[in-house]
Amino acid sequence: MYLFTALFFFILGGGAALLMRTQLAVANNRLLSPEVYNQIFTMHGTTMVFFVMMPALLGISVYIIPLMIGANDMAFPRLNAFSLWITLLGGLLLYFSFAAGGAPDAGWFNYAPLNQFYYSFTKGIDYYAMGLLLGGIGSVSTAINLIVTILTMRIKGMHLTQLPLFAWMGLVNSFLIIGAFPALNAALCMLLLDRQLHAHFFNNSGGSALLWQHLFWMFGHPEVYILILPAFGVYSEVFQVFSGKRIYGYGFVAGSTVAIALLSFGVWVHHMFATGLGNTVNTFFAASSMLIGIPTGIKIFNWIGTMYGGSIRFTVPMMFAIAFLIEFTIGGLSGIGFSIVPIDWELTDSYFVVAHLHYVFIGGSLFGLFAALFYWFPRMSGRMLDEKLGKWFFWIFVTGFNMTFFIQHFLGLMGMPRRVYTYPDIPGYTILNFISTAGAFLMAAAVLLLLYNIYISIKKGTPAGTDPWDAFTLEWYPPSTHPGKNFDELPEVHSRQPLLDLKKASVNQ
Amino acid sequence: MQNKLMMKLAIGSEAIFFLAFILGYLHFWDQGNFQLQASTQLSASKSALYTGLLILSSVTFIVAEKTFNERKYNRSLWWMLCTILLGVIFLGGQGIEYYELIQHNISLSTGVFGTAFFALTGFHGLHVIIGLIIMIYLCWLIKYDYPGKQNSTIISTAGIYWHFVDIVWICVFTTIYLLPFLI
Repeated sequence: MYLFTALFFFILGGGAALLMRTQLAVANNRLLSPEVYNQIFTMHGTTMVFFVMMPALLGISVYIIPLMIGANDMAFPRLNAFSLWITLLGGLLLYFSFAAGGAPDAGWFNYAPLNQFYYSFTKGIDYYAMGLLLGGIGSVSTAINLIVTILTMRIKGMHLTQLPLFAWMGLVNSFLIIGAFPALNAALCMLLLDRQLHAHFFNNSGGSALLWQHLFWMFGHPEVYILILPAFGVYSEVFQVFSGKRIYGYGFVAGSTVAIALLSFGVWVHHMFATGLGNTVNTFFAASSMLIGIPTGIKIFNWIGTMYGGSIRFTVPMMFAIAFLIEFTIGGLSGIGFSIVPIDWELTDSYFVVAHLHYVFIGGSLFGLFAALFYWFPRMSGRMLDEKLGKWFFWIFVTGFNMTFFIQHFLGLMGMPRRVYTYPDIPGYTILNFISTAGAFLMAAAVLLLLYNIYISIKKGTPAGTDPWDAFTLEWYPPSTHPGKNFDELPEVHSRQPLLDLKKASVNQ
Repeated sequence: MQNKLMMKLAIGSEAIFFLAFILGYLHFWDQGNFQLQASTQLSASKSALYTGLLILSSVTFIVAEKTFNERKYNRSLWWMLCTILLGVIFLGGQGIEYYELIQHNISLSTGVFGTAFFALTGFHGLHVIIGLIIMIYLCWLIKYDYPGKQNSTIISTAGIYWHFVDIVWICVFTTIYLLPFLI
């Protein structure tokens, strides 16, 4: 259900993105008015972050993690259902704003004072605040549920040091959610008080626009790690299984995740270098932002080390994982660039930022989701996703992705600001924008192919059997068509690769 | 075990929510001249009295929990009702304070001080109300449903929440009422 919710909003958000790129395909375009364009980019960002990535990643977590740790269900099944429905309600509320006079139009981070009622007088922002508040409550309750499940319901013999890495990421990630979302919820409450009861948190008669930015990014920066950590977990599993090797440096992968989680609460001001907080503050946050690159870099080497000398099988999940290594490194390096204050001043709010964030969101999180989809689809449906169609999908999508966003680095360096609904015919702008738009349509075509693949594979895909990938972890232990609870009987666990041990043991007998 | 862990995580999340509002309050400190506002408009001594009562309600809750575990259900019920009463008195005190402030023309929409003050204390008050609803439900459970069902963690879980509301208020009280005299 979570995953269907995510898919539904993914199509909506993707449609918004296509509209934007169409508008920007040629100079001086008049397809969309500036007002509509504002609404569309706001809805695209908000939808993709809060109602696609969050429910998709959490959905996979609540499906797979109980299976991985040998639990029959989440600790609080009803709370789990509550989280889903309240998130869906939040998303629908956000979209209802179109019917109520206009969607939110102040960008996904909704800066003050643009979010105040005399700058944005449709009901859009109120719906934004309510929708996100409900979505936030859903995410926090899922996170609490996951932590309790992982800490108290592990199978006999499975210590925390034997937890599969995906579950490790889920655990750390849940703590991040619990720490980060309240800041957003508080900011949203203040915003609602401002808009509905004329309070003075963020308006210009006494209020402070900076306070919104501080609170939003106190949430917002951990949020980008919230979106990437589960994907890291997926890659850690995929690299192990398809390299036929155990993870290289288990302790380092888990430990660096904890380091990322802690550091992520100390870097938010790097979104605000341009607000003039002074040299001391800027230097501190520049240093912490560079620091957070280190644990991420450690992981990249762990994964390369896992592949090194392994017998690699190039299945679709593995291809997405390898593509991730390359794309995410590009996104990461441009990110490190931003932590250098003068570079940030030069490039902030340009298309360079757009390129950077799409490289980490798509090249990091979305590729992780695709890898997870292809990897766990047999577990969920009992059938394999068609590998041949999957490979076509992979190549078309990756080509389209690089066409769209690599170009935008150059556009940003040339000085094109983000969030403009059109641009004059400056040399180079039109051709680069046109290529970017063509890439976006290529990605859309790839996604259609994926949808077709899912449909056809559910109808008549190859039956998967119990353990189609020759995997290491417990989620492949019970047969995938098993109804009701997850496990009838449980083996004891003595290592990090329980299923592998069991298979070896049965060969030896 | 699971319930308590869940509640601890939930209040961890809530703590950060309140932290954001306290930080918001401090953010406006200089700009809104809170030092003067808080020391002239608010009465620290009256509020200290209500603070004392709220702390007392945590004590009565502990007694209620203890007597419940000793299976003295009637006494437990009585102490629980005391806790509710203290909570209601606290809310009443807050109501009187709000009324006086509005009489002096300070409300949520009149200025930064009103905004920050009413939002912070208001959200705390909301949590007190939720706590009271939970405790009324607990009373009903103790009276009608509980005798016979042992080993339930619902009272101690609710207790974690109630003590948390109490601790938050101590932080809020320190920030709003005491800080103007300390610096």
